Amino acid sequence: MKREVAIVAVGATRFGEHWSKGLKDLAWEAGVQAVEEAGISGRDIQYIVFGNMSGGMFEGQEHVGALVAEFLGLNPVPATRVEAACASGGVAFFQGYLAVASGMYDLVAVGGVEKMTDVEPGRATEILSAAMDYEWEAYFGSTFPGVYALMATRYMHEYGLKPETLAKVAVKNHYHGSMNPLAHFRNKMTVEDVLSSPVVAHPLRRNDCCPVSDGAACVILAPLDEAHKYTDTPIIVKAVAQASDTLSLLERRDICTLDATVNAAEKAFAMAKLTRSEIDLAEVHDCFTIAEILALEDLGFCAKGEAFRLYEEGETYVGGWLPVNTDGGLKAGGHAVGATGVKQIVEIVKQLRGEAENGRQVDGAEVGLAHNVGGSGATAVVTILSRR
Amino acid sequence: MSASGVPRHWRSLRERYRLLGTYCENCKTSFFPPRKICPKCRRRGRTREVEFSGRGRVFSYTVIHVGSKTFEKYAPYIIGLVELQEGPRVLSQIVDCRPEEVYIGMEVEACFRKLFEQEDGGIISYGFKFRPVDNSWVEHYAKLLSDRKAKTAQT
Amino acid sequence: MRVGIVGYGAYVPRLRIKIEEIARVWGHDANSYREGLGIEEKSVPSLDEDTATIAVEAARNAMRRAWEVKSNEVGALFVGSESHPYAVKPTAATVAEALGLTPSLTAADTEFACKAATTAIQACLGMVKAGYIRYGVSIGADTAQGAPGDALEYTAAAGGAAYVIGAGDGVIAEVEETYSYTQDVPDFWRRDGSSYPRHAGRFTGEPAYFEHVINCTRILMEKMGTAPKDYDYVVFHQPNSKFPLKAARELGFEEKKLQPGLLVSRLGNTYSGSSLLGLAAVLDVASPGERILLTSYGSGAGSDSFSIMVTEAVDSKRMLAPPVMYYLDKREYIDYSTYARFRRLFKEG
Repeated sequence: MKREVAIVAVGATRFGEHWSKGLKDLAWEAGVQAVEEAGISGRDIQYIVFGNMSGGMFEGQEHVGALVAEFLGLNPVPATRVEAACASGGVAFFQGYLAVASGMYDLVAVGGVEKMTDVEPGRATEILSAAMDYEWEAYFGSTFPGVYALMATRYMHEYGLKPETLAKVAVKNHYHGSMNPLAHFRNKMTVEDVLSSPVVAHPLRRNDCCPVSDGAACVILAPLDEAHKYTDTPIIVKAVAQASDTLSLLERRDICTLDATVNAAEKAFAMAKLTRSEIDLAEVHDCFTIAEILALEDLGFCAKGEAFRLYEEGETYVGGWLPVNTDGGLKAGGHAVGATGVKQIVEIVKQLRGEAENGRQVDGAEVGLAHNVGGSGATAVVTILSRR
Repeated sequence: MSASGVPRHWRSLRERYRLLGTYCENCKTSFFPPRKICPKCRRRGRTREVEFSGRGRVFSYTVIHVGSKTFEKYAPYIIGLVELQEGPRVLSQIVDCRPEEVYIGMEVEACFRKLFEQEDGGIISYGFKFRPVDNSWVEHYAKLLSDRKAKTAQT
Repeated sequence: MRVGIVGYGAYVPRLRIKIEEIARVWGHDANSYREGLGIEEKSVPSLDEDTATIAVEAARNAMRRAWEVKSNEVGALFVGSESHPYAVKPTAATVAEALGLTPSLTAADTEFACKAATTAIQACLGMVKAGYIRYGVSIGADTAQGAPGDALEYTAAAGGAAYVIGAGDGVIAEVEETYSYTQDVPDFWRRDGSSYPRHAGRFTGEPAYFEHVINCTRILMEKMGTAPKDYDYVVFHQPNSKFPLKAARELGFEEKKLQPGLLVSRLGNTYSGSSLLGLAAVLDVASPGERILLTSYGSGAGSDSFSIMVTEAVDSKRMLAPPVMYYLDKREYIDYSTYARFRRLFKEG
């Protein structure tokens, strides 16, 4: 028996360089916000599940579930840490959803946390390489941006995409981020700023790439028919779907398509019984500008090779045909790897409640979609949330 | 003093040196990286090791300017996704050419190069990389034989 | 039954630096080095090349020519070099693995300055003749280093050549006879822990190079009852152009017999690869029935001489891999700063 699940409270830290906050401080900050918003005591939570890609490599700290439960003063509540590289947050959300939908738990905290700035950048790049195939991709010198650059090169070859179009993705996300107090970067950017930034992995430049961020986010889940106990504006989880694909690009069916996204999106829209045109806004996984282009196509919002039109015509800005990444996405909002999937959900919830800042609030938003990807597409999670 | 990760470097050493993969006699397909069973035929497959010719074409490429710590000192370098003649795709560096010279569809052949050195006197790792194919040398022998024929015709 | 070379292969890295460029940086007079050494430019290995990678490329070319040789028929493999990548860990094992010859073979790294690989050829000849092995491989390869600003910097180069030794109809060049001449002469050395070698200046000429190359060659011919007129080609170790030209003159060989195998002006001194690359260049052009005399030289000191007779099998096999000239022609020039980066002259922080 499956019951409907609602998000009853959210919390999130700013994403950025938090020198004075460690893993547990960040988790605490996001968790406390959510708990206070729900008007509950931390002790009411029955299960904690959250995403963290690599406490081990960044901090030498594994067993992060136990760390967070202790620091939040919540022992003996079960605490599970989930890992799926950059999709850790989304996968954690799916697990939390299952815990409530199944009837097993009535109040679940789903979170995500990552602390990335304690190590030097070269080491951070290396750690992020663990999201790809270590043995046959990283070992030969590819980096994580390198893998997406391979996808971009092929995509440009097959579909004629121009670097300027990729730049427009970053420009839009910085525009949205400039109005979001929680974003890592608040500066606006021009196409020239992107095209003149140093090349990281051709054709991707520094301003095509999301930053390394510290941050945490948290949402509280409850069965829909109990949501009124915690909030006047419950947000219903209409669908969550997860899919897998090859870890490396070597055996990908088509390196310009994330089949995991396609598969998860199909399942999510079927589960929600909704069509693409009913989505009012989307949070997609723009770890690199090319990833946002691919996401819109793979989620089914437009045909393969056609996403560029949406950027030429400015249709992904707030006020456009489909606002995408209204909080700045990963590029401007920041990418605290394990937390990103949950941060995306927090943004959709705020938008559906009408609580986003002036200038970036989508008018009358009723249905939103969140899309979280792990590695170069080996894991994808698609979530559809609705106000009613 | 022990170095880290040595067994892991050693485990795929033969495949890295010689570009070895798996061939299934049942469905006549080659796979890379090597596999324990044929992903298509599963238990019905009959697999054996295969050494690829090393010839292939560039399917996609990028130029890494910001490498991870291990590869920092080699940057910038070219990474290619190469489609081998036999079918599978492999990823490695493209060497002996400039970034501007690489193009999708370019013919390449495997060569044996150093991948990296572990710091602090650790081990050196070797493996396959790819370089552009250049068959211009074949003419040398044709010319040699025709020169010799001309000389003996004179005497 | 004839015993000798069943296949040969060469490899030279693509990059070159001109002596003008080196002289420019050190404020030297380029012309005096050009004339004094008889050299124009030298090869430089890429950041991802070393003696092992060069040895593998040369050996793969040799195995392409020795097409009839099966992996499990190679019973020995030696790599001779002064710049093995590890001080302790055999280059030969890596090369044998890369060629797919493991596990049933003996292997070792050899050292005797620039004659390390010709000595290993003698070892292979012995094992083949004795019937211990069917085929043996000897590779001479180096990525030589000269101290910055020193005369050796103008010539220390990178390259290698590989030889598959065996018996029977597959032999393309029979080794009729070999002779060696060895004495303790401290002309050029490198102490353990030193980055660069030291040399004894002009002492490296008469008492070292010429004493050994000339006597070894002369005594080999005496033993065989041959004279310079009986040889179509002569190949000597080539630390520069001057020394082999002088040795040829003193022994009575015409310069035109030396030229096909004299590569140093375009290549530099590839140390353990030097005389063997010269031999490969000759094998690339020699006709069946022609005879080659090869004398290597290793500082410290010693020479190995070989009298080699080319067979009819050469034409069909040599076209299976690129000639030395291909590698010499295929080049890209770099400046001194790139050279220094590649040669790791900057200490890594």
